[in-house]
Amino acid sequence: MKNAAAIEVHDLRKTYQVRDGGSWRGKTREITALDGISFTVPAGEIAGFIGPNGAGKSTAIKILAGILRPTSGTVRVGNLIPWENRLAHVARIGVVFGQRTQLWWDLSVGEGLALLRDIYSVEPARFLRNRERLADALDLHGIMDQSVRQLSLGQRMRAEIAAALIHDPDVIILDEPTIGLDAPSKLAVRAFVRDLRRERGTTVLLTTHDMHDIEALADRVIVIGHGRILADSPFEALQATTLSERILEADFTGPLPDLLLPEGATETARGSRSVTITFDPQRLPAPVLVAHLSTLPGLGDLRIGRPAIEEIITRFYADHAS
Amino acid sequence: MNAFSLYRRMAAASIKAQLRYPGTFALQLIGNFVTTLLSFFGIWSLFQRFGSIAGWDIGAVAVLYGLVNVSFAIAETLGRGFEVFGGEYVKTGSFDRLLLRPRSTLVLLLGHELRLRPIGRFLQGAFVMGAGFWLSPHVSWATVWLLPWAVTGGAAMFLGVLIGQAALCFVTVEGLEVVNVLTYGGVEAGQYPLTMFARWLRRFLTWALPLSAVCYYPALAMLNHPDPLGMPLWFGLLSPGMGFAFLGLMVLCWQRGVAGYVSSGS
Repeated sequence: MKNAAAIEVHDLRKTYQVRDGGSWRGKTREITALDGISFTVPAGEIAGFIGPNGAGKSTAIKILAGILRPTSGTVRVGNLIPWENRLAHVARIGVVFGQRTQLWWDLSVGEGLALLRDIYSVEPARFLRNRERLADALDLHGIMDQSVRQLSLGQRMRAEIAAALIHDPDVIILDEPTIGLDAPSKLAVRAFVRDLRRERGTTVLLTTHDMHDIEALADRVIVIGHGRILADSPFEALQATTLSERILEADFTGPLPDLLLPEGATETARGSRSVTITFDPQRLPAPVLVAHLSTLPGLGDLRIGRPAIEEIITRFYADHAS
Repeated sequence: MNAFSLYRRMAAASIKAQLRYPGTFALQLIGNFVTTLLSFFGIWSLFQRFGSIAGWDIGAVAVLYGLVNVSFAIAETLGRGFEVFGGEYVKTGSFDRLLLRPRSTLVLLLGHELRLRPIGRFLQGAFVMGAGFWLSPHVSWATVWLLPWAVTGGAAMFLGVLIGQAALCFVTVEGLEVVNVLTYGGVEAGQYPLTMFARWLRRFLTWALPLSAVCYYPALAMLNHPDPLGMPLWFGLLSPGMGFAFLGLMVLCWQRGVAGYVSSGS
């Protein structure tokens, strides 16, 4: 197994200067994107980095990738300071930005990979081996000669991942790698990342809005909100607490009856003919709650889901404030 | 792989992409040739009517015209990445992607595209310049080395303008149309002898944007034409170096721009 690098972040802060009203006039105002975050991802670990939009995720990722200099604080990725040794640092990392392409629109996937081989100075033999391995794992053989412009989103994302990994990076940063993908592509991407860590010991930092990505991959979950770390715990711990929560929406055909909810369930929203209930399945199993609701008059439809990341974060805030 | 081989690889890939639709490409090339040539006919018809203007005959003006167009065509071919930098890189955020590559941003942007379309401008400029030399009676032997020296100096200067324009995008996000005064305006201005401009503009075109240093003065030296403004002829033998100095200055601005981008994130 290759000796992969760890990520160490200590008291990282970043403030932006923005100007109100017009680009030249108007007062400057400071916006704090990161307000002192610290965390460590040991070599070979997959860390999920989650938080709502505007929480500071992108800022943190840019700093880790070496393309942004923080206001203060330290970062070491395998003993390099990303923004001070940018060229050496980026040669060892692989970054996939879900919404941006790394490849060249006008070139075929194969030509783009060959160009990346030269940009990263990958030796020919190693390049061929990596290309073969990536093409097998990500099912790229059929699209090697197709120009990137013609690929579907799922095909393109798989090609993007290959492009980010052609130089055997020690650390990979995946920013929303499954956004907009169809279900089979999502599964392929997740399986690939899991194998990569197992076979090569690559350290992975993953941001996502999809809790299924976190569930499938992350050893650790770091929750960020308003520029601070709200929680940093093993996935199992998070799953046992906050992530275990379920949301039940019930529609009624007539006016809402008296709910008389059992212990472990709370009503969180109410419409004229529908109600949203949050419950903890460990205290109150879903079948019990459903059975209870079924006894109520006029029940039309039931949906059970999990809370969106945004809601989880809001909950973290409430917990921290109290 | 060193930076130069990498550039060659990227340039080859870009040429391949441009030739993917050969028909379109041929039409663009012809269009570029014809439209740029038309602008020379404007000048030519003036001389046809008046014989010479302020002591300049058509031969000298054709050399100036050719020199500036050939230089600019080379810069356009090399510097396309800088020309589109604001719209295609800064505004869309894909400049971040370049910063993720373990290579100099200058090499990566030069490799953005080796643009073939300006070949039209290059050919017609060379053609007009050849005619100009043929019409001029006192062409110096020094032209043999002075011509390539002036052309590379001019290409360096125009490339410098494109790089400076790109560096400005770190402040303004989108490229400023105003800067086109220096590129396309420079090409227009370079086609006329310097004596035709007001004094402040002459100074600007020599010492700020060294356009006359890469076109007018070397052309005088090649044609053995004394400068009506009194600058000694040897100045034209050295002055193309100012094009390289200008390029160097713009590269420094570029590097400051990149450093500023990395520290502000915008």
